[in-house]
Amino acid sequence: MNKMSWPGKIGVNLLAWLVSILMFFPIFWLILSSFKTNALAAAREPAFIFSPTMASYVNALVNSNYWHYALNSVYTAVGSTLLCVVLGVPAAYSMAFRRSKRTDFTLLWMLSTKMLPAVGVLVPIYIVYKNLHLLDSALGLTLIYTAMNLPIVVWLLYTYFKDVPGEILEAAEIDGASLVDNIVRIVTPLALPGIISTGLLAIVLAWNEAFWAINITNVHGATLSVFVSGFKSARGQFWANMSAASTLSVLPILVAGWFTQRQLVRGLTFGAVK
Amino acid sequence: MAVVELSNVGKRYPGAESLAVEDFNLTSEDGEFVVLVGPSGCGKTTTMRMIAGLEEHTEGAIKIGGRDVTGVAPKDRDIAMVFQSYALYPHMTVRDNMAFSLKLKKYAKSDIKKRVDDAAAVLGIEPLLDRKPRALSGGQRQRVALGRAIVRQPQVFLMDEPLSNLDAKLRVDMRAEIVKLHRKLGVTTFYVTHDQTEAMTMGQRIAVMKDGLVQQIDSPNTLYQHPANLFVAGFIGTPSMNFLTAEVSDNGQALSGPDFQLATDGPRRSVLADHGQTQVWAGIRPEHLHLSDSESADNRMQGQVEVVEPLGAMTMIQVLIGDTRVTAQIKPHQMVAMGDTVTLGCPSDKLYLFDKDSEMTLHGIDIGQSDAH
Ligand SMILES: Nc1ncnc2c1ncn2[C@@H]1O[C@H](COP(=O)(O)OP(=O)(O)O)[C@@H](O)[C@H]1O
Ligand SMILES: [Mg+2]
Repeated sequence: MNKMSWPGKIGVNLLAWLVSILMFFPIFWLILSSFKTNALAAAREPAFIFSPTMASYVNALVNSNYWHYALNSVYTAVGSTLLCVVLGVPAAYSMAFRRSKRTDFTLLWMLSTKMLPAVGVLVPIYIVYKNLHLLDSALGLTLIYTAMNLPIVVWLLYTYFKDVPGEILEAAEIDGASLVDNIVRIVTPLALPGIISTGLLAIVLAWNEAFWAINITNVHGATLSVFVSGFKSARGQFWANMSAASTLSVLPILVAGWFTQRQLVRGLTFGAVK
Repeated sequence: MAVVELSNVGKRYPGAESLAVEDFNLTSEDGEFVVLVGPSGCGKTTTMRMIAGLEEHTEGAIKIGGRDVTGVAPKDRDIAMVFQSYALYPHMTVRDNMAFSLKLKKYAKSDIKKRVDDAAAVLGIEPLLDRKPRALSGGQRQRVALGRAIVRQPQVFLMDEPLSNLDAKLRVDMRAEIVKLHRKLGVTTFYVTHDQTEAMTMGQRIAVMKDGLVQQIDSPNTLYQHPANLFVAGFIGTPSMNFLTAEVSDNGQALSGPDFQLATDGPRRSVLADHGQTQVWAGIRPEHLHLSDSESADNRMQGQVEVVEPLGAMTMIQVLIGDTRVTAQIKPHQMVAMGDTVTLGCPSDKLYLFDKDSEMTLHGIDIGQSDAH
């Protein structure tokens, strides 16, 4: 590590900076544009120095019903994640500790469902939802997000659970623990860091989801993804408005991510440290 | 307290061709300390797990306290198990670890506290009650694991290699402590180890296992003095018994082979005469061999010294007799150097004889090795 010569060190540092700037630039540009006027944001010459305006934010927050969409995003992301964890914990438990001949196959099969393009099931689901009156509802979207994230949640939980030594569960079994006791009192607290980071990941995935939101919701059940895409309207290009809306829609998850960073890292390295 | 009764117990793991444990028969006394010993993979853990109910037995029957426990869940068998890895609950304090089973059984808070405090006092772990397992040393974790077992006041203790993760000194201390605990509580205990010294020092009765089969079940002394076969003879006692292939001559008067000639005593002579085979295994324990200066003696084994290990109280030497390395225990003041040619002697009544093919002992149980050295 420390054997690098000083020109080498500078080179590596420069490269790291360059990559970071490249990766961060779109976000930077997004935020910058959100403080421009629509005209300036759409201008051919990129402007870096200008007098900022909050007009787009006012437009988004006051005139465009931001809070309605944001609330739907919270409902669907949190709701689907809770459902995923409630369903995923027992599923992962059985796969980690009650293995059968078909366990590995089931795990692979669940993951393989993620390889199917969502468009493939759009029409059937649309029709079913229409008949069930679930179109344009937060509940309908929540159910889809649950189905969408469940395979990943089960997989992740399964890998965390596998790190819990089987003898601990057997000791609990001898001590008189029922299946529910085992899940609730032993496995869940032991794998808690893993469960929490899995949940955070599921929230992020649901929060950023756009395909289903745009296709099966419109107003009532629509999330921030729909809100943002609404700015790409026939009325013309409102780059600044759209940038402000985008910023506002990724902001909550970024802030949440910032605060839970430590937890995420702890969860992702859980097991390695034990 | 209860009698544990295993009759023709066997276990076939799903998909396995052979039985992991076969035809296990053993009835414990009430309050007995039974040790299962044998090399790794011989089926000790499987047997324990069948008694605990963590694995179902596929043959025979297991009774605990007179009750057939087939299909009875582990928690309803009234047993407690101590695992090799201790299997403490990492997220609970020592107190909660010990109280867990009592809480699940809905004992009153005051009862739980009293039982945990009593058990902690017995094991000397009161100062640790509020710690988490990760803040404990190996020996302390071991005590907590024992504590978690004894608060339950079960009918039977099952311990699967509970000391094998401890360092040598602590192992010896804990060995004595577990024996003391057993004497104090008087609970029937099944104890698994692969270490014959542990088995010999702790067990009231020892079941020696190999490849899923019980070889012999007896008291430590009987195992040492009357091993049922070559395997038990070699497994019990350190260093291991020496084995030489010997030709029987003069109608059982003498046993001989390359570089050795052994005379037999009366009982052995008749055993060999009855046996009638021309070849047998002759077994001699290292502690029964001595350096002999006369070449004329009837019992003599001659060879070059290959290894000398002075241990202070005694010296172990290895001598190449024919092509067999024979270990002998000699007095520390007897100076022997590597490369020396020495003659070893052995009293005739210390010879063990085994069938060349079946490796079973040729001695009836009565022939006896005299107890005195
Ligand atoms: N869960 C299992 N499935 C299949 N075979 C097993 C299982 N557990 C143990 N065995 C086999 O059973 C035999 C006895 O194992 P075990 O009881 O663990 O031996 P020991 O405790 O004496 O080392 C071994 O050959 C082992 O490979
Ligand atoms: Mg074992």
